[in-house]
This record gives sequence, structure tokens and C-alpha cells, in this order.
Amino acid sequence: MGSITLQKVSKVFGEAKVIPSIDLEINNGEFVVFVGPSGCGKSTLLRLIAGLEDVSSGHILIDGKDVTDAAPAERGLAMVFQSYALYPHMSVRNNIAFPLKMAKLDKAVIDKKVADAARVLNLTDYLERRPSQLSGGQRQRVAIGRAIVREPSAFLFDEPLSNLDAALRGTMRLEISDLHHQLKTTMVYVTHDQVEAMTMADKIVVLNRGNIEQVGSPLELYKSPRNLFVAGFIGSPHMNFVTGTYAQSKNAKTAGIRPEHLGLSKDSGIWRGVVKVAEHLGADTFLHLDVEGVGQITARCDGEFGAYHGDTVYMTPDETKLHRFDDKGLALRA
Amino acid sequence: MATQNTKTLARLMMAPSVLLLLIWMIVPLAMTLWFSFQNYNLLDPSNVSFTGLFNYQFFYTDPAFFQSIWNTLVIVGGVLLITVIGGIAIALLLDQPIFGQGIVRILIISPFFVMPPVAALVWKNMIMNPSYGVFADISKFFGLRPIDWFAQYPLFSIVIIVAWQWLPFATLILLTALQSLDGEQKEAAEMDGANFLNRFIYLVVPHLARSITVVILIQTIFLLGVYAEILVTTNGGPGYASTNLAFLIYRTALLGYDVGGASAGGIIAVVLANIVAFFLMRAVGKNLDR
Repeated sequence: MGSITLQKVSKVFGEAKVIPSIDLEINNGEFVVFVGPSGCGKSTLLRLIAGLEDVSSGHILIDGKDVTDAAPAERGLAMVFQSYALYPHMSVRNNIAFPLKMAKLDKAVIDKKVADAARVLNLTDYLERRPSQLSGGQRQRVAIGRAIVREPSAFLFDEPLSNLDAALRGTMRLEISDLHHQLKTTMVYVTHDQVEAMTMADKIVVLNRGNIEQVGSPLELYKSPRNLFVAGFIGSPHMNFVTGTYAQSKNAKTAGIRPEHLGLSKDSGIWRGVVKVAEHLGADTFLHLDVEGVGQITARCDGEFGAYHGDTVYMTPDETKLHRFDDKGLALRA
Repeated sequence: MATQNTKTLARLMMAPSVLLLLIWMIVPLAMTLWFSFQNYNLLDPSNVSFTGLFNYQFFYTDPAFFQSIWNTLVIVGGVLLITVIGGIAIALLLDQPIFGQGIVRILIISPFFVMPPVAALVWKNMIMNPSYGVFADISKFFGLRPIDWFAQYPLFSIVIIVAWQWLPFATLILLTALQSLDGEQKEAAEMDGANFLNRFIYLVVPHLARSITVVILIQTIFLLGVYAEILVTTNGGPGYASTNLAFLIYRTALLGYDVGGASAGGIIAVVLANIVAFFLMRAVGKNLDR
């Protein structure tokens, strides 16, 4: 079990209203990612769920039980911190065993659970080491191990991969997703990295200034963003926003078109642009173009396309993939 | 940094200071050692002669000798106990966010700035005095007989005064260590179900181990030679009840005018300090290399 419900939860630090009011339903077994720019309140929201911060108003329910005033340990949640927060003077074994020891479990039971967790996480050979003798990825796994052994009703991850290098981040992303499929436990994951959000989540919660902008599956958010913020935040490279005559011709204040939905040609098209920067990634090339009467446009094309700085390129937006927004920034549905 | 060139240069640059420190230490030690084998009394300064180990025998057979060593160790141990435990307690309190934090911290630290004879005089005349001291007033308020501290508990009184002086030092060092404890570790322990006591035992104390070691080592160096507080308050008495080794050496040298005997005492003090240092380093020194 591990469903979490937030009812009109708000958080105020002094004068600053970090979270005005949030309603959210997290179902049992779901992998939910809170994503948003830094300072959007996503970590605060996670800490509210964990009980490390008190809510200013509203209620938090876990498995239908009101835990708004419960201490962190009583909520049955486990958290993996950004800095891992391992206990530096304890061995890996004692780190993982710590929550069980605090729960006053039998020594034999503790040993078995630690051994099981270590096997799942490939830590068996490192059990007697200190955290300082481990690499970043191994520390991360110890932190996860410490969370797993408690058999919590939900895991909370606070930007767990941000201290790892790019290659290791990719590996750990897979490992965490794999773990979720094995354990089938609810996971709430905070990140500012939309790639992590898109690849791992069952459900993404996009936050901005303490408000939920949109909740949905990764592809829902990609295909039909509810407003300009979500449209600009989800997807890499970012969606192009075009105002002016082109948008008016589509009956919208702003028209949005993703870089991958632009048809490129070297001799004909609606827009004519000059390549300022071409980023060749191998399979793909990202072109940053100056388009007369439209502005800056980013386009994604095949690696074989062959455009370089100073070249002239013609573009045609794919009308079926066009996003239209009204003057309040909300999406217009056809 | 580690090329041959820089190594040679570094040694060359360090040489003057090392040489100076060596002379600073070796010359007085050698002179003390030299005098300790001489029959040298200031009442009869023209008659100086070699006496072999007589001064050591004289000092060793002094009835105050073993008591003074014991008193030295009691002062060191007692003050360390009070300052380390009290220091941790006060540091934990000061680490909490409170109103007027800055002023409270300055007040807590201020005893460290009071020089030892002044502190001892304040305690002697204003706090522990049996007729008009603060403790006497408190006793009278409860209808009890005032305690004559320096007559009834001379050594304990010295320990209290010296501990009062060193408590700020311990508090300051331990407070900075406490502030460097990672907040996420505390939160992780909280989520792991550790209550305050468990967090203290498993998280705070191991984190403080190194600072506690520093406090113990530095304080021991100074506490072995406590002198001013004894001179100002009890003058070593009653009898030899509050005489420590440093004070005994002072008595031999400046009240007995016996330079040779005092030098022998000084060498014994050096040996004692080294024994203490040896056991101390074995007991807590491993906390330093991590």
C-alpha cells in the first residue's frame, strides 16, 4: 500500500508563500515525478510529504490516514537525499541496518534484510567499507539500500542523481526504474531534469512557483501541454514560440512548434532562416536559426542534412503538430 | 608541489623556524637538567656543587610529592570531565535558534577572557566566601550553614574555578563542530526513526569525536600546569590538600630557595607530562587521523 493524498496543502516561510495551495492524488505503486525549475517548491513539497517541514494549512493523507501532524518516522516513508546523507562513521552494513536497529528488530532479521538489500543493489562486497571509501554511484546505492530495508509504503527521492556524472546518471536512472518494477512500491521523485522526468515517470507533476501547472503521463504532457509553461518546459530542445502574423493566421496569440516538427529543406518552405549555430550530435543536428519576421527558431534535423553556420535553410511547420495558445497562455484545443 | 626543487626550497624556508623552536625548547630543558644535578640554594649561592641524584631523592621523599601528583591528575581529570560534558550540553543548547543568540554566545564565551588570577579572586571573594559570597547567601536562604569552600573542599574548589575558565573554550570548539554537522544526515536519521537520544549517540557524538579529542589534548597541556588559581585562593593548603606538581615546584624554588630541588621537580613534571601525553594519544589520538 502507498497512496498519498494532498488536500489544499500550503506552505508559507515567513512572508514568502512557497506553495499557495496544492491538491494531488498519488496512487499506490505509481512512479510520480515532481519537475520544475529551481525554486518552484518541488523539494519543499516532498519535504512536506516526508514530514520534515510542517504544512501551513491543509492535510496530507497516506493510505487514507491523516498524517499531517505525524512525525517523519511514523509516516512509513523512506527518503533518499541529494547528498545521500550517509552516516560517515558507520560501515555500509551499519548504514543500511540503522533504520532496522532503530525499529529494535532482531539481530538475525536485520542481518538477513541487509544481506538481501545488498544483493539486490550489488553491494555485498562493500558491506564493511565506510561511505568515504565508495564511489558516487555506490554511495547512491547505499542510500537506496537504507531506504529499501524499511519496506516503506512509498519512497521519496530528492534529486538523487544530481551529484553524479552524466554516464552514471544514465545507469542509475535505469537501476531506479528497474527497482520500481521489482518492488512495485510508490515512488515520488523530485528533479529539475526533464529527461529524468520523461524517462522514469508514470505520472509527471509540473510545478511552477508552487502551483501545479499540469499532471499527466510523459506523452500526454509532450503531446498536449495545457499551457505555455508546460509546453516550454517539457521537450528538448525547447518548443519554438511564434507570435505575430503567423500565429494570427492560425487564430491564436501564440503558436508553438517543436523543433522536431519542422520540415526542413534547402530550397523551399514557409520560413527562410540563416543558421547561426549548428550542433552536430551524430544522429541528429540541432540548428539555431534566425528567421526573418519570426525570430529565433530551433530546428531538429537528420544528422545527414548537412547545414553549417551561415547556410540558408527553409522550414515548413507540420500543421497537425502545431500547438496554439490564447492570450492567457492556455492551450486552445482544435 | 612535490618536485625535488620545491621540496628543497620548502626545507630551506622552514629551517629558521624549526631551529628557533628547537633552541627555545632545548636550552631551558638542558639548563633545568643541569641544575637538577647541582646542589644550588639561593640562601648559599656561592657554594654550588655537583650532587648527583640527591635532588631527585629529596624531591621524591618530600611528603607532598605523591599527593601533588595525585592532585595534578585530579585537577586535569576533573576539569576535563566538567568541560567536555558541560561543553557538549551548552553547545547543544546554543545550536538551537534562540532570541538574542549573538549576545548569549558572547556572554557564554566571556569567562575565557578573564585572566586566571582575576577569575580566582572573583570566585574567592565574591562567590565562595563563607560570609559574603553568593554561595553562602544561597545556603543561608535555604537555612543551611554556609560552606567554607577553600577550607572544606580545597581541591574541588580549584577544579570548579578552572573548569569555569575552560568551559567556554570547550563550548566554542564543540559548537563549531556541531554546526558543521550535515542537516540532511540529521533529517535522514529522523526519517529512520531515531529519536533525539539515538541521534545524539549515533550521529552527534561520533561527529564530535575529533573536536572532543582536540579539546582534551589542548586543555591537558594547560591543566597540567595550573598555578595562579592555587596561589590566589588556597595557597596549596590546607596542608598540601590543593598542592599540585607545578605549585610544589614553585614552593621549592621560591619559598625554599632550592633551585636544584625545584629543577629536579621540573624534570619529573616533564616526565609526568610525557606519560600523560603517551596514554592520551593512545586513548584518543586515533580520532585525529581520519
